[in-house]
Amino acid sequence: MPVPSHEELERRRRVGINAETVADVTSTDFPGHWPGENHEWNLDHFSNTFKVQFHTNAHFDSSFSLIGLDASVANAFRRILLAEIPTLAIETVYMVQNTSIIQDEVLAHRLGLIPLKGDRKALNWLRWCKKATEDDPEGNTPTDYNTIILELKMKCEWQEGGLERAAAGETDPDKLYKNHSVYAKDMVWKPVGKQSEVFAADRPIEPVHPDLLIAKMRPGQRMDMSLHAVKGIGQDHAKFSPVATASYRLLPTIDILSPITGTDAKKFARCFPKGVISLQPLTSKDVESHPELEGKEGEVKAVVSDPMRDTVSRECLRHPEFKDKVKLGRVRDHFIFRVESTGQWDSDELFLESVRLLKVKCQRVKRGLDAMNR
Amino acid sequence: MEDASVNGGAEEAQQSEVDADRDRIRVLSGATDTAASFQFEGEDHTLGNVLRYIIMKNPDVEFCGYSIPHPSETKMNLRIQTYDGVNVYDVLEKGLDDLMDLCDVVINKFTIARDDFNARRGQTA
Repeated sequence: MPVPSHEELERRRRVGINAETVADVTSTDFPGHWPGENHEWNLDHFSNTFKVQFHTNAHFDSSFSLIGLDASVANAFRRILLAEIPTLAIETVYMVQNTSIIQDEVLAHRLGLIPLKGDRKALNWLRWCKKATEDDPEGNTPTDYNTIILELKMKCEWQEGGLERAAAGETDPDKLYKNHSVYAKDMVWKPVGKQSEVFAADRPIEPVHPDLLIAKMRPGQRMDMSLHAVKGIGQDHAKFSPVATASYRLLPTIDILSPITGTDAKKFARCFPKGVISLQPLTSKDVESHPELEGKEGEVKAVVSDPMRDTVSRECLRHPEFKDKVKLGRVRDHFIFRVESTGQWDSDELFLESVRLLKVKCQRVKRGLDAMNR
Repeated sequence: MEDASVNGGAEEAQQSEVDADRDRIRVLSGATDTAASFQFEGEDHTLGNVLRYIIMKNPDVEFCGYSIPHPSETKMNLRIQTYDGVNVYDVLEKGLDDLMDLCDVVINKFTIARDDFNARRGQTA
């Protein structure tokens, strides 16, 4: 069985980027594509070639490279991150009183979008709260194991002597009114039934950002409402999506085919974001391998130092002096992921959860297949 | 009383899960042992495209493709055709198993890389 050379394999990993077109976009690592070669799925081969590199890892933001995957797999992880990992969000608002200028439905929508956090283990324990639909008019009634209740009770009033100060021309609301701004931290969690046991005392349900402004009020205006938060997924409503964004891009490559030197090198570096191209002095070795550089020793040449920072603007291909000296591309199986959590999960945990969920989906289908064959 | 309702809910959930499994996948008409179209309920490009990829990696497979017949129905069709004498059900099952193995490898390697990264960052900080 023929085995392709290392160079050939590297060539196949590249997606070509030309001035106006792209080339070799689809992957070809399937049995039957290359005559005689074996491209059968092989777990050992995958675990030997698959690599993970971390770039940053923080609660709200993590970035890492997955190398050796097919786009379909990377895309499945991304799609699961966006739309299928469950989180908690406010779903129903029962308004007793709302005399603020924000209309009930607008306020309810705003409340729904506020990211909540809490004990992860307890959130896992929480069940789905199925809404009544046409097919299933029953639905679930809210109970302690499927609904979290928060309360929002605020009343704006004049401060002591505020009215006089206002008459005197004072306009700063901080000096005139009490409770004129309603913040996310004003929503208070009311544990029901088992919830006070299940949720760890130091990790209550609360908004991720306590200082998120919900509404502004003036004296006499009042809000009194009970907020029911349930578990849901992003597919149903974007407010349930656990990520602000989850995206990937392919690692850019820049191959300098023949040396770019002197003022050209400086111009070349300016075609890319800072840090992608560095300038280094020409060595005698360069001159030896490229006779056309005779006498240019000591001048600078362009060297690719960090292609990951490239945005692939293709600016360098617009200049005729670089056109034939550079080849742009991307690595087909090098995915630079960026996951930004909304706060309910850690960003790295989110990715792990997406992989676990893909596995769960497979198990579900397998069970369905068994049930069908029975 | 509170407890009873909690347990009742669990059993109910389990029963509906079993029912849901049965409705999750069906075979479209015209299927033979070596060529069949499966209809997945509640699945989309997420699973469709990975399954297509991993099944196409199987040398016994002549053709594999997926489609979403209508955008407002949560259904995904997957067509598999195999070479002589290879059963499509086995091929689909192998695809699912391979995909689960892949997930395990990704979880393993990702966890190791992350712990390494965190440890190294802890040292420099």
